[in-house]
Amino acid sequence: MFVINHKKIFIGISIALVILSIISLSVFGLKIGIDFKGGAITEVVYENERPEQVSLNTELQNLGMGSILLQPTGELGYIVKSRDVNEEEHTLLLETLGMKGEYKLTESNFNSIGPSVGKELSRKALFAIILSSFAIVLFIAFAFRKVSKPVSSWKYGIIAIGALLHDIIITAGVFSLISRFFGVEADSLFVVAGLTIVGLSVSDTIVIFDRIRENLRKNEDKHKLSFSSVVGESLKQSYLRSLFTSLTTILVLLSLFFFGPESTKYFALMLTIGMFFGTYSSIFLASPLLVLWEEKQKKYN
Amino acid sequence: MWKKRVFALLILILGVGISFFVFKSEPRVNPNYENESSFLKKFPFHLGLDLSGGSHLVYEADVSEVPEGQIGESMDSLRDVIERRVNLFGVSEPIVHVQSAGFVDGGGEKLIVDLPGVTDVEKAAEMIGETPLLEFKVENIENEISTQKATVDENGQLVLDIDPYTQFASTELTGRYLKKATLQFDQMTRRPLVGLEFDDIGKELFAEITTQNVGKFVAIFLDGAPISVPTVNEPILDGQAQISGEFTPEEAKQLVGRLNSGALPVPIKLVGRQTIGATLGENAITAGVKSAIVGLILVGVFMILWYRLPGVVAVLALGVYMAIILALYKLIPVTLTASGIAGFIISLGIAVDGNVLIFERLKEELKGGKTIIESLKDGFSRSWLSIRDSNISTIITSIILFWFGTSLVQGFALTLGMGVLVSMLSAVVISRLFLYGMSILGEGKIARFLFSSEIKK
Repeated sequence: MFVINHKKIFIGISIALVILSIISLSVFGLKIGIDFKGGAITEVVYENERPEQVSLNTELQNLGMGSILLQPTGELGYIVKSRDVNEEEHTLLLETLGMKGEYKLTESNFNSIGPSVGKELSRKALFAIILSSFAIVLFIAFAFRKVSKPVSSWKYGIIAIGALLHDIIITAGVFSLISRFFGVEADSLFVVAGLTIVGLSVSDTIVIFDRIRENLRKNEDKHKLSFSSVVGESLKQSYLRSLFTSLTTILVLLSLFFFGPESTKYFALMLTIGMFFGTYSSIFLASPLLVLWEEKQKKYN
Repeated sequence: MWKKRVFALLILILGVGISFFVFKSEPRVNPNYENESSFLKKFPFHLGLDLSGGSHLVYEADVSEVPEGQIGESMDSLRDVIERRVNLFGVSEPIVHVQSAGFVDGGGEKLIVDLPGVTDVEKAAEMIGETPLLEFKVENIENEISTQKATVDENGQLVLDIDPYTQFASTELTGRYLKKATLQFDQMTRRPLVGLEFDDIGKELFAEITTQNVGKFVAIFLDGAPISVPTVNEPILDGQAQISGEFTPEEAKQLVGRLNSGALPVPIKLVGRQTIGATLGENAITAGVKSAIVGLILVGVFMILWYRLPGVVAVLALGVYMAIILALYKLIPVTLTASGIAGFIISLGIAVDGNVLIFERLKEELKGGKTIIESLKDGFSRSWLSIRDSNISTIITSIILFWFGTSLVQGFALTLGMGVLVSMLSAVVISRLFLYGMSILGEGKIARFLFSSEIKK
């Protein structure tokens, strides 16, 4: 199997992608949404025409509510981003947006979140990511407990986690580009997408590991084949189904991205990217790593 | 084998039956919904705020004064108070729940209030923040009430021919100075009364009012409307008063509850507010349905083109899966949000995963020279382990997400987790029965062609 034969090249590609993503993340950063840092979003739609952005902007900056970001949306709407506002400030904001009654408008969406709520959510998110990673290593170690030769079962878990970190980091890297150039913010759905990628990426890796597990068992009595050829053979037998299980999910995700509700658009896009790299890493990273680890281990013994 | 075919047919019929239930019980798609039986009307989809439009309020409770062990209790009573207030708005299906502080979020005790259909968040917040307004008013000097305007009707009830809104003037005495309210019964008439006991300031104010207004009317207003307009016979100095309105015992009890609940057990602060306009939700539903249909078609076309006959079976099984899962959403009920719909749509993609694994295995076994029946048997039994293990990781994530969750996140976690669980069933049980059912085609060349999925040949 060429993936195993050229494992160092593929592992190298993955490392390069991860490094690029980390660079992108540190250069562009992630725009954090109000879910996490607190703040308010007010979305309004005007009845006939909307006031000019420039004049409205000056009015808004004069409110003394810190810097307020004004983004046009649709034909007749604006999205206003500000710090979190109380009742009076909200009323004032709406009055200003209507230019003191000059323009008729309806508020289609309003969300104000205090900074403390955001801080709590961030903590929870971090905790959830750590917890699910742990749970998955444990699960894989358990599922592969009978396959401890020549690579012990927990190593499958570690490699699955490695592959999934690879997926998450690259997805986050791509997202930081999107965030930079399309002004998309990382909200709580961003974390949900991350965690879902964790689950889906691992389930993909398991399809291939499962075949390796089965073939290792078959090979146990005969000991005809080396570890790397068992892995190579397993990969050959199962890469198509790993590809197709992801493909069906990517099909629905793309449909969700193109036709789905506005609020889950970028969520779907992120999942698509995550699924793509998840499939890539199951085939081109996880199995090569497994073989590499076994070879290193042999050298030491 | 016949048994299995009969079973397959039964499942197909059951699937159609369930879809029929889903369709019939849905006001949006069933044009004849109005005439359906009340049983069906009990099960519409429950839409979350982001789809139905409405307000979402997050309060933080200040429990620093509450002793450690009683925090849960006081949060519960806070919830009851707020729930009672919310119920007074007449909002359909309001949701009030406590979100306890945990070690994980490191934050405070929260109270979440969801008000579907209420789009003026400030007004809602104002109404919730209000204690029931109990006021004592005295006769307006400029608009003195002559006793002629008061008559006694045939039931012995005092009837006042006055406009309470203009003829009474506010005093300083309000429900703020109420110590507690109790339910009492008139010794003579056995009519329910609401007994009021004022605190020290209230006692003084009440004494002052009653001293100055002997022989006149004092009106007791609740939320801006007079509920009782007694005459003062003598100054009342002990801070005790009774409201003898026309109450049923039930109403009197409710009023006592409200007055006592008037004061919140713990101070609260509004920390988050969200309103979603109804049109936005409407658009999200349309878009969600559209993307589900497109996704379904894409997956269906792919499965049939690549796997041929088994692909058709997978699409049928997917149809049954959808019917089951949608019916479950109605029966449990699951509150659908935009992210929940996303979870459902993704589960459509994942639901065929099991089929893909089985069919690939089936193909492999067929290539190995086995008969169709043998290949089916081995294909199912050998792919089960990887189906199970690959789905467990998604289930683990769903559970953690559900636990992590704000309602937005939970909606997604629930639909995704349920989807994975039910789809395992649909892949393993339903597809299997259908495929065995198809083995009626025999072992001929055409059957083998239909069951395989090579591009060549």
